Amino acid sequence: MGRIVILGGGVSGHTAASFCRKWTGKQHEVVVITPNSKWNWIPSNIWVGVGRMTTEQVTFELAPIYKKQGIGYIQAKAVSLNPEGNDQGGKPFVTYEFTSPDKAGQIGTLEYDYLINATGPKLNFEATEGLGPDHGHSVSVCTPQHAVHASEELSKVIEKMKAGQRQKILIGTGHSASTCQGAAFEYIFNVEHELRVAGVREMADLTWISNEYYLGDFGIAGLHLRKGGYVTSSKIFAESLFAERGVRWILRAGVYKLEPGKVHYETLDGEKLTEDFDFAMLIPSFSGVGLKAFAKDGSDITDTIFAPNGFLKVDGDYTKKPFEEWKASDWPKTYQNPIYKNLFAVGIAFAPPHAISKPMQSKNGTVISPAPPRTGMPSAMIGKAVARTVTNMLNGKIDQPSGGHSMAEMGAACVASTGAGILSGSAVAMTVFPIVPDYQKYPGVGRSLNYTFGEVGLAGHWIKHILHYLFLYKAKFKPGWFFIPE
Amino acid sequence: MTHQDGEQITPYEPSSGTAIPTNHTVRMRTNFFYQVFRFIVINIKMIIIIWRSH
Repeated sequence: MGRIVILGGGVSGHTAASFCRKWTGKQHEVVVITPNSKWNWIPSNIWVGVGRMTTEQVTFELAPIYKKQGIGYIQAKAVSLNPEGNDQGGKPFVTYEFTSPDKAGQIGTLEYDYLINATGPKLNFEATEGLGPDHGHSVSVCTPQHAVHASEELSKVIEKMKAGQRQKILIGTGHSASTCQGAAFEYIFNVEHELRVAGVREMADLTWISNEYYLGDFGIAGLHLRKGGYVTSSKIFAESLFAERGVRWILRAGVYKLEPGKVHYETLDGEKLTEDFDFAMLIPSFSGVGLKAFAKDGSDITDTIFAPNGFLKVDGDYTKKPFEEWKASDWPKTYQNPIYKNLFAVGIAFAPPHAISKPMQSKNGTVISPAPPRTGMPSAMIGKAVARTVTNMLNGKIDQPSGGHSMAEMGAACVASTGAGILSGSAVAMTVFPIVPDYQKYPGVGRSLNYTFGEVGLAGHWIKHILHYLFLYKAKFKPGWFFIPE
Repeated sequence: MTHQDGEQITPYEPSSGTAIPTNHTVRMRTNFFYQVFRFIVINIKMIIIIWRSH
């Protein structure tokens, strides 16, 4: 009997677990170790953050779902890996600390034949002084609980506006190297929409603050699409929306400190500036969850298998090189660790070889540019691809992963909400192919103009709304779940 | 803040250099029948991307 252990039960981990279970026989065991008791459809958190949805609508309990499906479930956070076992022999194992209320703090270990690291990121609020809802002065929509808090704070701001007080709303990235600009983009336009619905839009000054070099970069070096007889940059596309909705923008800004009502940021010119706010939702930087790794003799090998940012090294080319020498082939294809062949990483947990957007540095040496996003559709597709590899290896069908699942070879469909409402809502529906630009295969813009498009409209909102229910249906293993694509 | 044709275009302002949608374009974004058509078109495009990526 073999055992596949998956660390993390988010979008990529849950997808990997579900397909590992489907593709392995009952003689093999699939176990998920995740600190959360609930699964969260993260893309809908922005609607929780404006009061359009409740946490119950975007989450469900994992334990009964995994029990029904025959997937082992341990509510715990992984602490360390021993990919060689220990000096008493045995198989590789993972050490974890229970987070369930009945066993909180207790330590356990579990041996594995294959391990898929899908821990997602640590929300690194500590990297920016004064950032975050717990110990800082900003709100967040990164978790359902954060989003509920954001909604409550937004309601207070709206009440003040109704009472005649003008309010400054600041939304964007809270660190010079943050990623997930898309979530902040969705949130600022959902807030703008809600202010219009509440009849207080004229009382609000909305400002976007971001580490992007230009609007519409999104950490993927922007995109180009055909529009009105032109090949148009996402810069024009995004600026158009910001100008139309009356949202001011601050770009090339590395936020480094928040005080009550004031954000401090550095620009690429090296200037240190401030911006006042009454309500701020700023996305933190992401890092690995702090997993340690030990060799058979107990020596610390964390730096060998994890990148400095805490994400697991896989089969990417991590050689340091300038932007001009980056290639699509640098990106991993199999997500297999080069040293330990039974160790894989999916979703945000794998270390990208480099950014996608051109790195920019301020005169003071601060890197102010977005980290590469690895969420949503690619995250789930990579989870499924690795599940296929691992189950084939476990079943003895292959010795080595076949590859072919590079982010430079796959596309992504993305729907970014710009306001909720069955007849009044809108969203940006877009596709990119490939996600990581390949300037050799697609000279010029780096992507296929036949498969890259984007438009704003009510239809996009309908699609995002349908996807919400569709992916919850799939994640709950309802009949035919595996027919629904990632 | 309702958009009006040309309202936000002030020469030499940062936003003047970008494309501002006309009232017609903005209206069509929430026109039910046009959006039903776009819904079909967008779904087809997304299915192609999904098919190419799997």
